[in-house]
Amino acid sequence: MNLDMYNPFVIPFAFGVVILFVNLAIAFVSWLYRLDKVQRRQIGKNIISFKTLAAIWEAIRECLFHRNIFKTNPILGYMHFSLAFGWLMLIVIGKVEAVAYEGQYFTNPWLAIFFRFFEDGRDYPYKEVLTFVMDFLLCFVLSGLLLAFIKRMYSKLLGMRKTTKHTPSDRVALISLWCIFPLRLLAESSTAAIEHNGGFLTQSLGNLLAFLPVEKFVTPLWWAYSIALCLFFVFMPFTRYMHIFTEVLLIFLRKWGVIESQKHTGYTDIEINSCSRCGICIDVCQLNTAAKINDVQSVYFIRDVRDLSLDRHIANNCLLCNRCVQACPVGIETTMIRQIYRYKQGNEDIPFYEYINTSKYTEGKNSAPILYFAGCMTHITPGIIDSMKNIFDKADDKYIFIDEDKNICCGRPLRQQGFLEQAEVLKEKLTSIIKDSGAEVLVTSCPICYNSFANEYNLDIKVLHHTQYIKELIDKGKLNLSKQDVKLVYHDPCEISRGNNIYEEPRIIINSIGNLHSTKNEKDDTLCCGGSLANIELNTEQAALITSQTLDVLTKPNPDFIITSCPLCKKTFTKNCSNNKILDISEIVSRNI
Amino acid sequence: MQHFDTIIIGGGPAGLEAAARLSKFDKHVLIIEKDPALGGKLLLWDKLFPDFASSEELLHQLIENIKNDNVKVSLNTGIKEIENEGGLWNIIDNHNNKYSAKALLLATGFDVFDASRKEEYGYRIYPNVITSVDLEKILSGEVSHAEPKKVVFIQCVGSRDEKVGNHFCSKNCCICAVKQAIEVKEMYPNSEVYCFYMDLRMFGESYEELYRKAQQDYGITFIRGRVSEVSPTYHGQVQIKAEDTLLSRPIRLTADLVVLMVGMEASEGTVEIGKKLQIGGNYDYFKSKNQHLADNLTYLDGIFVAGTSKRQMSIPETMKDAAAAALEINNYLN
Repeated sequence: MNLDMYNPFVIPFAFGVVILFVNLAIAFVSWLYRLDKVQRRQIGKNIISFKTLAAIWEAIRECLFHRNIFKTNPILGYMHFSLAFGWLMLIVIGKVEAVAYEGQYFTNPWLAIFFRFFEDGRDYPYKEVLTFVMDFLLCFVLSGLLLAFIKRMYSKLLGMRKTTKHTPSDRVALISLWCIFPLRLLAESSTAAIEHNGGFLTQSLGNLLAFLPVEKFVTPLWWAYSIALCLFFVFMPFTRYMHIFTEVLLIFLRKWGVIESQKHTGYTDIEINSCSRCGICIDVCQLNTAAKINDVQSVYFIRDVRDLSLDRHIANNCLLCNRCVQACPVGIETTMIRQIYRYKQGNEDIPFYEYINTSKYTEGKNSAPILYFAGCMTHITPGIIDSMKNIFDKADDKYIFIDEDKNICCGRPLRQQGFLEQAEVLKEKLTSIIKDSGAEVLVTSCPICYNSFANEYNLDIKVLHHTQYIKELIDKGKLNLSKQDVKLVYHDPCEISRGNNIYEEPRIIINSIGNLHSTKNEKDDTLCCGGSLANIELNTEQAALITSQTLDVLTKPNPDFIITSCPLCKKTFTKNCSNNKILDISEIVSRNI
Repeated sequence: MQHFDTIIIGGGPAGLEAAARLSKFDKHVLIIEKDPALGGKLLLWDKLFPDFASSEELLHQLIENIKNDNVKVSLNTGIKEIENEGGLWNIIDNHNNKYSAKALLLATGFDVFDASRKEEYGYRIYPNVITSVDLEKILSGEVSHAEPKKVVFIQCVGSRDEKVGNHFCSKNCCICAVKQAIEVKEMYPNSEVYCFYMDLRMFGESYEELYRKAQQDYGITFIRGRVSEVSPTYHGQVQIKAEDTLLSRPIRLTADLVVLMVGMEASEGTVEIGKKLQIGGNYDYFKSKNQHLADNLTYLDGIFVAGTSKRQMSIPETMKDAAAAALEINNYLN
């Protein structure tokens, strides 16, 4: 250690760094320790593979350049980019400068941070270039800071609560973060006023400051800079700024194939701590845009889980439509975490399903290669069942209609409400019915059931939603559709769109029946119909607001029919749409065979 | 341009009664009716509650009352434009005829709820699920139907139902179901008749007595509980799933005929004119100026409203409302 390059003001900084890394180490170790078996196995399986390289690339892209935020909001993207990338480069180039100055690799660890103070004016390699670059980077970071400041003040001026209310530690961290770079600018400029060692920015400001008694406040400014750094580092692990480090860990774990399990694990904590509270999820949430409910969105939910102050109503007030997950620049599976927090046990209202006798479902029914599972929701829109029966007959496909007596549910609505064990019982029962049938394909008319069968059941037979099945029939030439001159729009149901990506099949089918027109929100940007079974907090008036928002988008092209492929969406739309304009895709197919 | 004292839009009971009254005040009236015949929804019913009066006779009488020189009728006529010009209301119809009048009476009435919106009841999917309007045709003998052994009436289809966005009570279906159930029992004495209800609102004169008679004399079973869904059986019947909320028990019932008691909604014409003149209120019905004091007036000078274009009413109520509207218009014109 070179004691010439020491001043007591580096102590707060050094202290802050040590505390930060101790805290980080404790947090990371405890999270990783609390991963469950499946998650650990995933890491072990993938840690030595190309996935790690892909994770490194993604970490650079997302944590430094913030590509996803750029995509949704370029200004917000620039803000995050300048702060994250600019700050990192200040450290890296600062280190390069220190090394160039000292002529050796090992310099005092604080030298890069407080370089201008210690520099004595002697010449070193690339001095001018490095000075220029350092000033440029400071400029860059300050521009991001200015945007952050405007964003906070502007939204406040407009009376909007775009970002969350701060906890005291958030406030300390925020204020110290905002002070760090202006203080650095002032400290470097005052040093430049005396030593004339500044760049285009610091020297210019230094020359302006030169008429003041700079000698008196130059050291206090460096102290202030160091203390601001210290405060930020000490408080950071307890604030939203923890996302800076946690997101990197999250990216690696996710690339290795770790996903949320049904209980709160270390991975859940990692996801929660990766939220930067950027607020992008508030703008895409229909509870906000249609029903004006603006205190339950993912950002608030995650904040409350983190602060251990979660209100059940916030966990429950969500459509689970996944629009926020789609929009989240960090890719946090907030809807999965909500389901974990809806977990119910020991309640006297717990339903039970052990009594269900599985043998009667297939008894007396001839075996067939196809199983048809209509689903509970389809049973309240019998037009869909009729159409599917017609399609099976026209295509000459033999099938068994398993839930014709409508006695068994796929379990997903229970799962969404947090009745995990009960859903598990139904899953086992239904799995045994499906296995005993000996069929090869399971066709369902309900996207909720499809999502269940495809992602939560471990079935060894092919699972198709009826859009996929009809598309296959068309490909095989088993259905001949006649094209009409009708104007159609398609509504993508949440459960088969985001996450299951069934986008092309319905569009191909519809285009072979009529003329499909596009709408403003389609494919992965689709809106919720408002009938989601996942939200039990919403009252009917609020749900109706969501429905009419979605219907407004769908009726904009003035279509003859609105086509959807979900019985629940269809049922919900008929509430606000008085005419018989809403058809399921199977119904329009059945009419045009 | 033809000039009248009053133009009445809608030739149902309200429009006819108002026209008859105004003609007695010696006012020149034009009735504009979109359908090829006068009578409105009266044409859909065979007998009327609670006294089983013939709707045909009533309509005949209403039409007799307007047969004078003061009343002109224009059938098959829709409205294209309504505009106010210097205190006169100008109307252009779909044949591009132009009329003007100082006063307009809107009597555009109601539409029956489209039962296929409650798809879980299977209307237009299962042939043995019909509406109360369809049943009238069977009762009048206009349409024949195989003799049913079990008939189920389902109340409140499209009324008091948050799921279809109609919170209001249609008011007439309760007593209409009692009337129709008795008629079914008279037509098919060997049939069993059930009626599922939420509440039975027997508010009118001799309604309660008829309800009692239906139970005591005709043996009709009334079950409190809303039907959740209707599904087909292998034998061409339909099965009803419901809950008896007095016994707190689930019920399944197999029936040969299900009658959906469809509610009332603002008619297409009411919605359209309400939007055009901006006088629409709750559920797109017309909004009168004051329910208690000025129920036939609107916020527009010279625009009057009567009958079920305003809210759900029975026929006697409609007629009284139309008479009151005629009086208001007469005062306005003088």
